[in-house]
Amino acid sequence: MSAHASMHAPRSHAAAAAAADPYNLKPGEHSTGTTIMAIPFDGGVVMGADSRTSTGTYIAVRVADKITQVHDRIWICRSGSAADTQALTDYIRHYLSQLAVETGRAPTVKTAAHLMRRMIYENKDNLMAGVIVGGWDVVDGGSVYNIPLGGTMMKMPFALGGSGSTYIWGLVDHKFKEGMTKDEAKALVEKAIAHAMARDGSSGGIIRTVVITEDGCDKEFIPGDKLPYGP
Amino acid sequence: PKASSYVTSHGLLLRSSLGVPLLCRGVATSFRRTGTLIAPPHNHKVLASLAFACIAAIIPLHHRPPRLGLAVSPSRLVSAISSFLILLHLLLVVMSAPISLAPGGSSSRISARAGLEAATERTRQPIVTGTSVLGIKYKDGVMLAADTLCSYGSMAKYKDARRLTKINDATLLGAGGEYSDFQSITDLLKRNALEDKCTADSLYEEDVNEECAREVWNYLRAVMYNRRNKMNPLWNDLVVAGFSQPAGVGDASADEDKPFLGLVDKIGTTYEDSVIATGFGSYLAIPILREKHREDLEEGEARALLEDCMRVLFYRDCRALNRIQIAKVTKADGVLISEPYEIETSWDSASFVE
Repeated sequence: MSAHASMHAPRSHAAAAAAADPYNLKPGEHSTGTTIMAIPFDGGVVMGADSRTSTGTYIAVRVADKITQVHDRIWICRSGSAADTQALTDYIRHYLSQLAVETGRAPTVKTAAHLMRRMIYENKDNLMAGVIVGGWDVVDGGSVYNIPLGGTMMKMPFALGGSGSTYIWGLVDHKFKEGMTKDEAKALVEKAIAHAMARDGSSGGIIRTVVITEDGCDKEFIPGDKLPYGP
Repeated sequence: PKASSYVTSHGLLLRSSLGVPLLCRGVATSFRRTGTLIAPPHNHKVLASLAFACIAAIIPLHHRPPRLGLAVSPSRLVSAISSFLILLHLLLVVMSAPISLAPGGSSSRISARAGLEAATERTRQPIVTGTSVLGIKYKDGVMLAADTLCSYGSMAKYKDARRLTKINDATLLGAGGEYSDFQSITDLLKRNALEDKCTADSLYEEDVNEECAREVWNYLRAVMYNRRNKMNPLWNDLVVAGFSQPAGVGDASADEDKPFLGLVDKIGTTYEDSVIATGFGSYLAIPILREKHREDLEEGEARALLEDCMRVLFYRDCRALNRIQIAKVTKADGVLISEPYEIETSWDSASFVE
């Protein structure tokens, strides 16, 4: 009964969150109703995302790139409003490059995550952005930070985000273990995102993955007809 | 003393006679609002007020001047209480402020009931939905295509939902929109067909006059429009395909069945055409169908054309699936609906990689 009443109650901006209701957007705005994921392993991080950008129920871009590089070994998975997250990652990229010049060394993932968190938190009323910051640095090795709507920042053993993540928490909780190798982590990311794409209407297309290690970044994708689990 | 008591008794009578209609109104309101008299808050109030109003009405007949040296006479006290209760009830009824004697309060229950009641008074939103249905006329008859997905909001919940059904040997029905309403329409048409069969002059199947596609289309128009007028539509876009008599009366070629393809939408709009599409298909598939459609398409070509359009819809509709069904109606074979199968999709264009 109270659930029924609350369906008509106004929802707060923060509550609209990772349920990522695509109809919460301003007219014409693009959403990344999405599935994003990142798992660190010993020596690096695997980041993955689907490729669907939707406005309402129309798929505006079916092969979008939601994993954006902001520095040599730091990448960000984006979910929420495409416009907001693109603007934020542009800012972060600018500030990190400045920082690298000023300090003479690569910025840490922690710094990048803190910067992102500051921007999202201080503009929380105007932004709809949930991101996962991941990368490799000499201090912490591979690390992953989850920054949902509102600007909370949490360092996590694995991170999920986007509307499709609701369908795979159980699967990832079941399959994840500490100390996975690179191949195990990549396999889990691909499998989990494929499962999310199978059930979430706002996720789909291809699975893009980036594997970040000390030696470099490997960008790959799995086409939509060769997914580990059918659509 | 005598005069004042006379005035007081008249005042009491006045108040009581005012009170009873108010109470009746209060009872009627709570009955209307909740559908029963068993709503706890209102019911207690109603009973209590009714009791006191009755006492207040009776008192003037037994009025005696105060004897007991009380500050306030009993009758005056009773009348004051009854007036207070009547006013309180009026206030409650007017302001709908639920003061409940039941534990846990009643505000959420009342507003929930009001919400539920409001929902049955006006049009709802669809919950489990199917997306586009496509249809084209071709050389041998009519062909329909639909995917097998029913979405629960944005979740792809039911991946083997059958959205194309056979109505009779001459008619196919496909539907997008609320799946429960489609099931209800299918049941309705089946019931009608059974009734026709049972009341026909002959019990032999070949002698029963089955409704042709055009008749089914027209009947559905009436059904949908009727529901629309009650502000409670069956939330579907229906595609009716099959064979039927042409529309003209006394047509020379009236004996010959012609392929029929028509649409009925949720508010009862109807039209017939050689290419039909609902939902997203009307934006994305109709241009392709109009471009490529010819009246003399072979079956293979028609199927390839429909598959092309379903592929585009899978690329561009969030609520589409790449598992589809094709159905056809022909004079030779009647109605045939294929098993669901997956269509090929392409993701390897060079521009996609970077």
